[in-house]
Amino acid sequence: MAISADDIQTTFLLGRLDWHAIPQDPIVWATFVVVAIGGVAMLWMLHKYRLWSWLWTEWFTSVDHKKIGIMYIVLALVMFVRGFADAIMMRLQQAIAFNGSEGYLNAHHYDQVFSAHGVIMIFFVAMPFVTGLMNYVVPLQIGARDVSFPFLNNFSFWMTVGGAVLTMMSLFVGEFAQTGWLAFPPLSGLGYSPYVGVDYYIWGLQVAGVGTTLSGINLLVTIIKMRAPGMTMMRMPIFTWTALCTNILIVASFPVLTATLVLLTLDRYVGTNFFTNDLGGNAMMYVNLIWIWGHPEVYILILPLFGVYSEVVATFTGKRLFGYTSMVYATVCITILSYLVWLHHFFTMGSGASVNSFFGITTMIISVPTGAKIFNWLFTMYRSRIRFELPMMWTIAFMLTFVIGGMTGVLLAVPPADFVLHNSLFLVAHFHNVIIGGVLFGLFAAVYYWWPKAFGFRLDPWWGKVSFWFWVVGFWTAFAPLYILGLMGVTRRMRVFDDPSLQIWFIIAAFGAVLIAIGIAAMFIQFGVSIMRRDRLRDETGDPWDGRTLEWATSSPPPAYNFALTPVSHGLDTWWDMKRYGQTRPRATYVPIHMPRNTGAGVVIAGFATICGFALVWYIWWLAVLSFAGVVAASILHTFNYARDYHIPAEEVRATEDARDRQLASAGV
Amino acid sequence: MTHHLKRLSWLAPLPLLAGCKPVVLAPSGDVAARQAELLVQSTLLMLIIIVPVMALTVWFAWRYRATNKRASYDPDWDHSTKLELVIWAIPLMIIICLGALTWVGTHLLDPYRPLDRISAEKPVEQAPLQVQVVAMDWKWLFIYPEQGVASVNQLAVPVDRPVEFTLTSTSVMNAFYIPAMAGMIYAMPGMQTTLHGVFNAPGEYQGLASHYSGHGFSGMRFKAVALDGAGFEDWVAQAADSGRTLDRARYLELEKPSENVAPMAFASVDPQLFQRVVNMCVEEGRMCMAEMMAYDAQGGLGLPGIANIAALTDPDIRGAARPVLGLPPFQVSGICSVEELEQMLASAGTTEPAAPRDLSPIRGRGLDAPQGIFGRQPVPGQLTQSVPQDGADQNL
Repeated sequence: MAISADDIQTTFLLGRLDWHAIPQDPIVWATFVVVAIGGVAMLWMLHKYRLWSWLWTEWFTSVDHKKIGIMYIVLALVMFVRGFADAIMMRLQQAIAFNGSEGYLNAHHYDQVFSAHGVIMIFFVAMPFVTGLMNYVVPLQIGARDVSFPFLNNFSFWMTVGGAVLTMMSLFVGEFAQTGWLAFPPLSGLGYSPYVGVDYYIWGLQVAGVGTTLSGINLLVTIIKMRAPGMTMMRMPIFTWTALCTNILIVASFPVLTATLVLLTLDRYVGTNFFTNDLGGNAMMYVNLIWIWGHPEVYILILPLFGVYSEVVATFTGKRLFGYTSMVYATVCITILSYLVWLHHFFTMGSGASVNSFFGITTMIISVPTGAKIFNWLFTMYRSRIRFELPMMWTIAFMLTFVIGGMTGVLLAVPPADFVLHNSLFLVAHFHNVIIGGVLFGLFAAVYYWWPKAFGFRLDPWWGKVSFWFWVVGFWTAFAPLYILGLMGVTRRMRVFDDPSLQIWFIIAAFGAVLIAIGIAAMFIQFGVSIMRRDRLRDETGDPWDGRTLEWATSSPPPAYNFALTPVSHGLDTWWDMKRYGQTRPRATYVPIHMPRNTGAGVVIAGFATICGFALVWYIWWLAVLSFAGVVAASILHTFNYARDYHIPAEEVRATEDARDRQLASAGV
Repeated sequence: MTHHLKRLSWLAPLPLLAGCKPVVLAPSGDVAARQAELLVQSTLLMLIIIVPVMALTVWFAWRYRATNKRASYDPDWDHSTKLELVIWAIPLMIIICLGALTWVGTHLLDPYRPLDRISAEKPVEQAPLQVQVVAMDWKWLFIYPEQGVASVNQLAVPVDRPVEFTLTSTSVMNAFYIPAMAGMIYAMPGMQTTLHGVFNAPGEYQGLASHYSGHGFSGMRFKAVALDGAGFEDWVAQAADSGRTLDRARYLELEKPSENVAPMAFASVDPQLFQRVVNMCVEEGRMCMAEMMAYDAQGGLGLPGIANIAALTDPDIRGAARPVLGLPPFQVSGICSVEELEQMLASAGTTEPAAPRDLSPIRGRGLDAPQGIFGRQPVPGQLTQSVPQDGADQNL
């Protein structure tokens, strides 16, 4: 049961943290036991194999964009398990809560589950996954040694982790928001959500948001300033183009989210009235502001994956990407248009017909460049030689799935249709159709595509195909019933139902979720099996797919410095051209390579920021002040760290490159 | 109603839909039916391009598989201006058609727009029935100002008579939705929205809250009953016999959170209750928003306005909480006389124009009437607004 404001006494030492913070729910206790056992086992393993210092020096403090990229993706996968557990719980609840049954989740718990599911999947799965991917691939594709600001990159990652930690902590200490993933006021205001749930939401997103914004700036500068000589804008690989547009969107839209959450924070902590009902506050202001961030956010997620599909299609068809220029312009169009559509999220809040029509039509216009993209992929496949490796399979699945999601999306952009489908399960099916069918399928294609580059061996295809088929069939089994339920007038976020004829569709949807669970399990088994059989799956060439862009020119995994000599680009598909014109690996005199040095400052500052967030959630003011002072002090101290760089000696570079020569010779390249 | 079903009957063979009741596609109200019609038309329009794309994807994937050496292979073919024109133009043309459909449909089916027909065959004959709707935690209150009755979690309306809902909410955002009747509209605290709809067949329909509103959201459902004229009279008479009165004190009781509330009727209602809810001054002593805005429009009360705040009448009222670093919640006391306030609230409800200026489909209500294509004819009233002549209108 929800905790009312009267139960809570505030003390100086612990703020409002007291025994009420322990959730009164056996499901949460059981989860805690499982997590605790797993956590202790992992700590024991780390201790037993003496991995602590390896983890700290090689990974946690690393400023290497490749390692940070991998850590981002590991974070995304861990959080994905949590987000999916929430999804399974919802599907189960909705499948059984009929005929007077209350199901197995009470409202207090269920409302947290769907709120956490949305927040985690968007902010702590999709965002870190996409950021990690851009981090790993972009510098390699543009022939750079690292990102522009390597330390900032490490700091951004740890801030994202800090946000994730706060969100996860809410499961066992206190509660999470019961407001839906966007926390609309007045429901998210102090009057209706007095306990810590919304505060966890605010501070989790604020801490992670700092990381996202900084990482956006970092990648933006990297793409603009650090491209290899000869790589003009119109010679950039298409993934880099989409990454550029995505980071422009991040830099322009995340400050809006930050500002909106600051206003909500002021309402909750000091009693201002930006979004309250009284004294001139207007909750619709929040709805506008949050969607002015929220709609570009959708394109932040999908654009880089459009880039992935483009790379994958060109590679596995063995053909130049059709219509590179129109692909670039389509991406830029989408970037601009994504700022002109936010109101389509609330046609039903009483805007006039002309306003609704305007935003409906701008939304539809986005489908023109998106449609052009689909055609470009299609005509890349025309007169090609398609190899159906896993990344290509995911791409075909995407093309067939995403057009349906796109169609239902345009349908929802027609205001009169939205009036009958808004907030329905049809809407839920639509956005899962584009986020799973577009973003997630693309992320999987990307993982299969670039895994050999990152680790030097391919992933086992058999388990990959098992995972693929369970995922694709499971997706349609889980979400097609939701489309139908939406047409039956069923609204989202319902906990119990009274119409028994609906139940069969929820049971089918739950069965689909089970199929997806098998697909996820197969994917993790695949990672395990592939790691065990890595010698057999080894790729010595560095170019297992006959790639086209620069990341395939270096070894797998690439050396810390990526490229011993900066490559020169003479056109699109730089690496393809190099192969075609028989360019040999350059053997110039190697010079020492200037590299950034690892530092623990990112972990420390982000750690203080996370503690500060926790203290602010619980009103522990002394801790908030101290940890904020810690953030400032550690940042200042870090500026006095002059040991920031080092040189890889020329001999070491030569030794690495000679080893690479021998490796290539033995692979017969 | 049947003609709508007939028009959509081609959907019935769809195997997935055959076993369920897609109320959104086959509703009984004219507005919802027209919305469904637009939904189907838009879908068909888009399928013109979706189906070929899906077919081509499968065909190209099969035809150009690497093992098929008979298919041609052209690895450097990456551009064709003609083809690119086509792939940008076809979606664009479909969007132009869909955009036109959207513009027309959005204006035609604007929830604020009074109905211009009961159904395809029936013109409007009666003035709309007024129903005031208040979304509460977690039940719906319906006030019938003309009949002077009210009900909770039960809506009864006559068949084939337009209904004009005016909506607001007591606490948080919500949305009012009767899928069989018309699309949804939000109900928001301190704000008022409007929805027009009609039932074309008698029956009992599901009504629901379609925006998550907190703990008791799932149980916030109601039955919407469409009755014939005599049946509605009976229903009103029954409500009038219930003996319960909904005055401001009773309302404040009712407002307290409760879940899965059984239907209830009230024989009489404070005629200004709804306006007080919208203006957030049901409690004794609170300044109504209309009053506050009237002062603000004249430049505010100045320093005396600061002294005009008081402790809450009911400190336990939901939605009021003391922020940890802020002042305790307070309220602004009203200073109008009762008569002034009553006048203000009475006029607040009637500011909306009773009939739209223009019922033609494409042009929105509130837009100017159509003018000639070449040059607008200046309307005297507008001219003075856009060109201040003697400096008197400079603040416009």
